[in-house]
Amino acid sequence: MSDLSQKELIIEAGRTEAQYWRDLYRYRELFYFLSWRDILVRYKQTVIGIAWAVIRPFLTMVVFTIVFGKLAKLPSEGAPYPILVFSAVLPWQFFANALSETSNSLIGNANLISKIYFPRLIIPASSVITSFVDFLISGIILVALIIWYQFVPGWRVVTLPFFVAIAFAASIGCGLWLAALNVKYRDFRYIIPFIVQFGLFISPVGFSSSIVPAKWRLLYSLNPMVGVIDGFRWAIIGGETLIYWPGFVLSFSLVMLLLVTGIRYFRKTEKTFADVI
Amino acid sequence: MSDIVIKVENLGKKYLIRHQQRERYTALRDVLANKFKSFGKRLVSLQPHSSDLQPSREEFWALKDVSFEVKQGDRIGIIGRNGAGKTTLLKLLSRITEPTTGRIFIKGRVASLLEVGTGFHPELTGRENIFLNGAILGMSKAEIKRKFDEIVDFAEIEKFLDTPVKRYSSGMYVRLAFAVAAHLEPEILLVDEVLAVGDAQFQKKCLGKMEDVSTKEGRTVIFVSHNMGAITQLCSRSLLLNKGNIAKEGDTKKVIDYYLNEASSENYNRYTADTNSEKDIFITKAQALNCEGKLTSFFTHKDQIAIAITCKINRWIPKTLLGFFVKDQRGRKVFTTNVELDTAEHKAGEMFITAKIPSNILVPGQYMFTFAISVPHFIYHSAVDLVEDALTVTVIDGGSKFSMYEGLDYGCVFVDCEWNINN
Repeated sequence: MSDLSQKELIIEAGRTEAQYWRDLYRYRELFYFLSWRDILVRYKQTVIGIAWAVIRPFLTMVVFTIVFGKLAKLPSEGAPYPILVFSAVLPWQFFANALSETSNSLIGNANLISKIYFPRLIIPASSVITSFVDFLISGIILVALIIWYQFVPGWRVVTLPFFVAIAFAASIGCGLWLAALNVKYRDFRYIIPFIVQFGLFISPVGFSSSIVPAKWRLLYSLNPMVGVIDGFRWAIIGGETLIYWPGFVLSFSLVMLLLVTGIRYFRKTEKTFADVI
Repeated sequence: MSDIVIKVENLGKKYLIRHQQRERYTALRDVLANKFKSFGKRLVSLQPHSSDLQPSREEFWALKDVSFEVKQGDRIGIIGRNGAGKTTLLKLLSRITEPTTGRIFIKGRVASLLEVGTGFHPELTGRENIFLNGAILGMSKAEIKRKFDEIVDFAEIEKFLDTPVKRYSSGMYVRLAFAVAAHLEPEILLVDEVLAVGDAQFQKKCLGKMEDVSTKEGRTVIFVSHNMGAITQLCSRSLLLNKGNIAKEGDTKKVIDYYLNEASSENYNRYTADTNSEKDIFITKAQALNCEGKLTSFFTHKDQIAIAITCKINRWIPKTLLGFFVKDQRGRKVFTTNVELDTAEHKAGEMFITAKIPSNILVPGQYMFTFAISVPHFIYHSAVDLVEDALTVTVIDGGSKFSMYEGLDYGCVFVDCEWNINN
């Protein structure tokens, strides 16, 4: 930062635009510290601490395996049903957590926003990072399942980071929209839990999206998480799992659209955050 | 290279204020309902979208056409009444909000102490909070690491370094927060009313540190406060803001004098009564005057306050007493004083009485004066005329040694004790 200290800074209406990305880089340490704080605080004063990141997806996986795999006897695409379920629970939980965390992040940090300047993008971004850490931890279960069932994933598993990146983009895109809207319209506080709850059932978490009738699949892919979850399954389970490409492309473009418009809307409104929060 | 570190040109900030707003944030419902209503109205009247559809919104310029320059090492005080735009100015300088018009040039790193302990997280330990708060205030990790021991020493919290700050006493909390802020090394420091919080010790420390920062290290300080004493003590130059404009700029003492005069001429304080009363003896007029005989309601603690009272006498009663008592803003009676009117030469018609309250008696604050005329009644006097809370006088700290305790209750009066220290 010291290298910039002697430079002149000009503040005027609309000027923040030009300096924004440079500022984002300048404030990278704050970004690091805020993420670090969120991670530290997340499981403070809990008895089992970080184990919560493992227990919740694990229980979801157990319930879904029993309900959809054992009771409804839905097809498992050649992999053990728990692995089928868990490869979807993993990105879904990441998305759902990130969504609820980011949407409340700005309001939760209202005192910072109204007192200190920094690129506001840091706050929702650091919330996504926190959820990502949970995601990595619960990934241990997937590894455990793979070992337990002695299931060998194919070569496609190396493409997994690509799908993780899409999940990331989807979380940030939706999160930015909701975070910015939530500052102005607190209605979103009530909408988000509903989206998260509802989304669990309309996304192919407990079942494979191949059971969706072919004529509906394109429409089904309007849910951005469908592409992500299908991608995860394709990469992890491999074998006979086929990706429904038109649907995936649609999902993927939607995610990108959400990301771009999310950043844009956030940037447009963030100047007024300090005034309205 | 010029030594101007801040240059502000035609700065303006506009807010839209809503009337009758119940909550600070908008509910989506209202926005949709309004949109729908305006759409309906347009359909019905077929008139173009006019501005009266949102009658509840009004433009408000918190700052308008403000221009000034600050040189390196300057200590600038910003004074003005509530709502004059002081905080808005600081928020613009620290980039928390964006200006609507105009521009600011800033050379150097800016740190704002808008509130000590901003961003402290109660669940985190002292150690963790030092890093977090440091980062929030703009220090790099390496910088914090380098100063870590110094900060801990300053705050005197070694023992509790690994305790969550929610278990700290409020004193420890403030000490730690200030220690972090004090070790910040910005070229420009913006301070807003920090002195209003924390204990006296802390306020003193804070003021001293700010002075050090400026005089020894050549840094620039911009200080916003209501505390005239602290401003006088710390700042060489001041800006007076009034309704978003700079009303006066220059030498602190001159600006403060101007502020006090202007403030008092606007809402000067006097009591006048109907002179046609049937009462035997009554008060027709009471006002507060300064040593030059000018009507005012603002005094520094070093000023003598003259209370001028006019009485009307319809029927003279011997041994009549005129008096008043003074209450402070907490409602405590500070003192009562009276005079026997028998000493007056002519005891009919109008009578002019002045009472001078010596300087260095009333501590800064607001005082209410209640006047009474009483006549002998058996063994006591009973009031024939009583004017409650007739005058309000504000005493401002003109640089007393208690100025850093302003806002705290350190008593009702200044007493110049004779101290003797023997070994």
